[in-house]
Amino acid sequence: MKLIAKKAILPLIAFGLALFVGGLVIGFTDSRVLSKIGSPISFLKIFASTVGNAYLALFQGAIYDPNLVEGHSFLTGFYPLSQTVVNAAPLMLCGLSVAIAFKAGLFNIGAQGQFIFGAIGASYVGFHYELPIFLHVVVAITAAIILSALWGGFVGLLKAKTGAHEVIVTIMLNYIAANFLLWILGTSTFLRPGRLDPLAPPVKDTARLPRLFGDNYSVNVGIFISIVVAFLFWLLLNRSTWGFKTRAVGANSSAARTAGISVQRITIGTMLIAGGLSGLAGAIHVLGFQYELTSDTAGSFGFDAITVALLGRGGPVGVVLASLLFAGLRVGGTTMQANVQVPVEIVLVIQALVVLFIAAPGLITRYIKIKNLESGQEMASKGWNG
Amino acid sequence: MSLELRAITKRFGGLVANDAIDFAVADGEIHAILGENGAGKSTLMNIVYGLLQQDSGTISVDGKELTINSPLDSLAAGIGMVHQHFMLIPVFTVAENIVLGHEKTGFFGKLDLATAREEILRISQEFNFDVNPDAIVEELPVGIQQRVEIIRALIYDAKVLILDEPTAVLTPQETDELLNNLKKLRESGRAIVFISHKLREVKAIADKITIIRRGKVVGTASPSAEQSELASMMVGREVDLKVDKEAAKLGSEVLNVQNLTIQDHTGRTLVNNISFQVKAGEVLAIAGVQGNGQSEVAEAMLGLREHVAGSVKVDGQEIIGKSVVDCLDLGIAYVPESRELDGLISSFTIAENLVLDTHMSAPYSKFGRYFPDAVKKVAQERVAEFDIRAQSVTDTASSLSGGNKQKVVLARELSRPVKLVVVSQPTRGLDVGSIEFVHERLVAERNDGKAVLLFSTELDEVYALADRIAIMFKGEIIAIVEPSISREELGLYMAGVSLHAEVSA
Repeated sequence: MKLIAKKAILPLIAFGLALFVGGLVIGFTDSRVLSKIGSPISFLKIFASTVGNAYLALFQGAIYDPNLVEGHSFLTGFYPLSQTVVNAAPLMLCGLSVAIAFKAGLFNIGAQGQFIFGAIGASYVGFHYELPIFLHVVVAITAAIILSALWGGFVGLLKAKTGAHEVIVTIMLNYIAANFLLWILGTSTFLRPGRLDPLAPPVKDTARLPRLFGDNYSVNVGIFISIVVAFLFWLLLNRSTWGFKTRAVGANSSAARTAGISVQRITIGTMLIAGGLSGLAGAIHVLGFQYELTSDTAGSFGFDAITVALLGRGGPVGVVLASLLFAGLRVGGTTMQANVQVPVEIVLVIQALVVLFIAAPGLITRYIKIKNLESGQEMASKGWNG
Repeated sequence: MSLELRAITKRFGGLVANDAIDFAVADGEIHAILGENGAGKSTLMNIVYGLLQQDSGTISVDGKELTINSPLDSLAAGIGMVHQHFMLIPVFTVAENIVLGHEKTGFFGKLDLATAREEILRISQEFNFDVNPDAIVEELPVGIQQRVEIIRALIYDAKVLILDEPTAVLTPQETDELLNNLKKLRESGRAIVFISHKLREVKAIADKITIIRRGKVVGTASPSAEQSELASMMVGREVDLKVDKEAAKLGSEVLNVQNLTIQDHTGRTLVNNISFQVKAGEVLAIAGVQGNGQSEVAEAMLGLREHVAGSVKVDGQEIIGKSVVDCLDLGIAYVPESRELDGLISSFTIAENLVLDTHMSAPYSKFGRYFPDAVKKVAQERVAEFDIRAQSVTDTASSLSGGNKQKVVLARELSRPVKLVVVSQPTRGLDVGSIEFVHERLVAERNDGKAVLLFSTELDEVYALADRIAIMFKGEIIAIVEPSISREELGLYMAGVSLHAEVSA
């Protein structure tokens, strides 16, 4: 427990600082605030209230909104939390995908593309086949994992056999995946009958992930799957010989090789797993929330995942918490924009600031003395030892 | 010009690297700083050179106190440094390297090398350095490269010259030449600080000797002092510089290398058609100056190299083309040249490092599962057996001293059933205590009937351990000799002089 607390210090401070700086940005970009700049007292007042209201709206949009309760049970107010959790599940899996690559010394920028292939696989099985209720989900998810694992494993193969740098390859493959998705949505197989826009048929009811709290809340078993996978991630890394090898290769591939560990095999295997994890994320998003494949299904999950893995320090617990946080920011940001007219982009600023403070821990440690602080820099830079 | 350090103290966290060190060197004097690796010699000189800043204490030149915040400050004060690892750009010429950072430019930024070239020739002549300003640095022998470093210091008017472990990379002959050159520099009135842990050289060159141990000055000595006296001051206890070794009991042939040729990926030949054998119960030392193909041969013994031709048989089994795992399974223990890079994973725990190559087998693993508790338990036994000084086996390897790191590598490699022990530079950078341990352990393996193949650039080590000595030069084995050979003769071989060829000519 103490260890976890120690690991959490840096991200927490980074998040606090990011909120603080984000608050300054909110205040100083608001014309109503700036119009009062002549009189210090009222300026400070309106500054504080603007920032306060913005963050309140962010909270209400992400976790609990009492305004939703009117006439219903108080539980209705948790609707935003349900949205947050639904978005956190795929983010978590993509984050684990990036994190496991980190552990092997690889920088997986390709979670986005792998997510897309997972989504395609899940969607196709979901709308094309007629299968019994439980089996349908399993088959759809399996298809998604296989497809995306191959997509990710291809990167590992290229790296292991030719030395191609995985960062370049995954970035390029993201474009290919995105355009492949656009193309496939236009084919007769994927085009929804009666529609001409890129929209696949809805997945059948049998292939949908069961919801947890009835039809009004979109939260579904996907979050459980994600958390179980996070636990398996820990188990794989710390209680299996495969994980031992992966960590060895990631920490010092040269020493690993000298000890008889096949760096190539680990590179390929890790990218297979990373691809599969992102693909599972795509499947859960399609089968649990969207129920249909669109050109925009992947959103920015694959890219946010890099931030999530970074903020979560590459560990499963960290990734779980970080993905919940980021999903909350995303979901709450929309409410913030609607309720108090603070642009949703502020959320991106806060996310970026978090990363900045984490990736450059010197910025924090220079001014705040923390005993035995573990540097976050190590992991942020590890992926590059290509 | 004189350099004086007073009460220099430098801390790194809780570690006191330099504890109130006083030191002075005057014009026309060579003052040696003698100390083990990690005693704080380099820290002290990096403070003088401006790479580090002292926590307290003063540096003065000619009685004037100075603040040195960067190498530029020390250069301006007339202090020049020759680093242990040369700071030269290999593909540049000598002149280009020397003007680096002080380039003079002419019309439209055209680089002006003419003045630098003249200066280099002048200094080269004055001290008989024999350096061609237009030679490409990487094509020069190491000894000449070092002279380039010295010229660089002199050209910017260094009156105090600091040499950090200058002989580490030199052949015995080159070392002699360096010492002669330093004497000439002394005659020219320069002050020289000579940092080393090699007693022989320090005795040969120094006017004064200051001994540092664990960050403190433990005393001064005159060069006429006995080696054993200097050694015990340096280490802090009586040191036995010899390894007790009984006569070799030779067994059957374990390693047979025939016509081994190794190329790099560009097709350049690094090791050219070498052959040798090692029998059970003997130590074959492969001596030679660093970079003559020894590292490549060592790596080939474990299947770590590509582009290998010829035959390497261990107990009759060919290992060329085999994977590293297969080589390890054949019973090869391998202690790599760089423990930091190839021997250990610094961020892993000591326990994990002890099973890097055996984590797949019982009791550490079963059906792909990994049992950290079993690893820890066995690690505790190893730590005791190999006297690894660590608080806990779950500490990271990076927390260990060099000697203890090497013990971890040895403990891992020698705890498997092995027939052939391949060790590369096993005591580089270690303190005397650890050197003794490593040497005793290697002799024990030999006495136990294992074949030991030792790669070493340290003559003392070669003499202490070898039953036979093979000398490598430019990728070839130019002679295999008995350890009764004199240092002078061995030095000539290492410099590439083929003695028998001379005799017959």
